[in-house]
Amino acid sequence: MQIWSWHGFFTYLGSPYIFRGALITVIMTVVSMMMGFLLGLLTAVMKRSQHRVLSWPARFYVWFFRGTPLLVQLVVIYTGLPKLDIRLSVLACSIIGLTLNEAAYLAEIIRAGLNAVPTGQIAAARALGLSERQIAWRIAFPQAFRLIIPPLGNSVNGLLKTTSVTSVISMEELMQRSQILVQDQFMVLELFSVAALYYLLMTTAWDFLQRRIEHYAERPYRRQQKTAAVEAIELPATTQDAR
Amino acid sequence: MPYIDVRDVCVRHGKNETLRHAGFEAERGDIVSFIGPSGSGKTTFLRTLIGLQPVWQGQMDVHGRNVDMAAPASARILREQAAIVFQQYGLFGHMSVLRNLTLAPTVVAKRSRREAEHEARALLERLGLADKADVLPADLSGGQKQRVAIARALMLRPALLLLDEPTSALDPHKVRDVGVLLRDLAQDGMTIIQVSHAMGVVSSLSDRIVLLEDGQVRAVGTGRGYAAQQPDIAAFMNTHGGDAATDPAGSRSDPDH
Ligand SMILES: Nc1ncnc2c1ncn2[C@@H]1O[C@H](COP(=O)(O)OP(=O)(O)OP(=O)(O)O)[C@@H](O)[C@H]1O
Ligand SMILES: [Mg+2]
Repeated sequence: MQIWSWHGFFTYLGSPYIFRGALITVIMTVVSMMMGFLLGLLTAVMKRSQHRVLSWPARFYVWFFRGTPLLVQLVVIYTGLPKLDIRLSVLACSIIGLTLNEAAYLAEIIRAGLNAVPTGQIAAARALGLSERQIAWRIAFPQAFRLIIPPLGNSVNGLLKTTSVTSVISMEELMQRSQILVQDQFMVLELFSVAALYYLLMTTAWDFLQRRIEHYAERPYRRQQKTAAVEAIELPATTQDAR
Repeated sequence: MPYIDVRDVCVRHGKNETLRHAGFEAERGDIVSFIGPSGSGKTTFLRTLIGLQPVWQGQMDVHGRNVDMAAPASARILREQAAIVFQQYGLFGHMSVLRNLTLAPTVVAKRSRREAEHEARALLERLGLADKADVLPADLSGGQKQRVAIARALMLRPALLLLDEPTSALDPHKVRDVGVLLRDLAQDGMTIIQVSHAMGVVSSLSDRIVLLEDGQVRAVGTGRGYAAQQPDIAAFMNTHGGDAATDPAGSRSDPDH
């Protein structure tokens, strides 16, 4: 048996079977991330609440889902739900597990972002008569979101690869499909290289996207710096035509 | 009957009584100064007047209307008539100066954005900030930030303007400017209540001085120019008045201004 087969490598690289596995990985990541973000936001807000009826469940939720392995959570969901007569597809179970798990981590990231918004701004908004909801959406969230984009990006990157854990409940994503082919044709190195290449492609694409999002979030701040800089340069020459 | 009559305000932090039956009166257009040692409850008292500080009990009559300050609904009523400028300003960091000014008028008072912006620009002009409308707070100096915070408060057209140590972060020139501004506002009928450590500002500006000690009103002086002569207040000012020489509103015809 030869050590490395280029033919095998390129066959797998062009294989629609593997490609569709990668697509499933992307879909699971996108859906779990978006739902996880919403659930994480809710959890973070609840955890910060002064009312224990709100903060305590949130605290428990984060403690539990960060304290147990995703693998166990997935198996429990996959085998437990049918016993409650809830029958869901493997994909649905995978996405539920990933969402619940990710939300617990995102809640802590979001909470840190919200904590970083100066309390003086919140008090000022309150004194100006803004409702708690208006304060959240207009003052706290926008400023917190800008701060947490880098750690959120990190989470997306991590989640892309964490999706492979769903293979334990036979989810046919990129990793599972690679393993299925390995059992058939024993080209471990070639197959896993292809899988690694796909993951690299996905994370690189995300890196690019994240930079665009950061660019967008910094827009109001950047515009100010630019005009300030332009003014600083131009002022001496154009003192007479002060706007 | 005085324009504002605050009575019997009690605030507790756990077992501590931060304010004990504190109160004061003021006429419309008065400048009232809270003075007292650090920790005496000045900031807390100010915060009760706009419903930011929950009170155990307390009554406020303002413009003939009675407000039970301990009632949960009082915060809304208090915020309809008062505006506050914090020592740390609390400007919204992600919004331009202009948007800082127009946010509450548009989203709380539901005024049109165009009208609010028009008024905001006029106000910025009056405070010498016309060219700062599109700047972010982070790019302002301390004195500019404070004037923006005052402008933001004025956008609400408050009957009552509350200021926590408005001059503490400013150099003497700016202190005088703020004094002039406050006096102008008071002349237009706005009632101003400030906490201040700057005894010069306090004695020259105040129509009333309220000396707080240990959460209680120890003494009240009244009358512009006379308020500081009340014996307890004079005694406190003598021991705490490091900058009694600064006259904030005295000389508008200062040559280098
Ligand atoms: N949130 C709080 N929890 C517990 N104690 C508080 C709280 N806020 C204020 N206090 C206490 O209430 C007292 C009065 O505080 P306050 O800030 O009103 O004083 P102050 O007169 O404004 O002092 P300073 O001149 O230093 O600003 C202090 O003893 C302070 O420790
Ligand atoms: Mg204080």
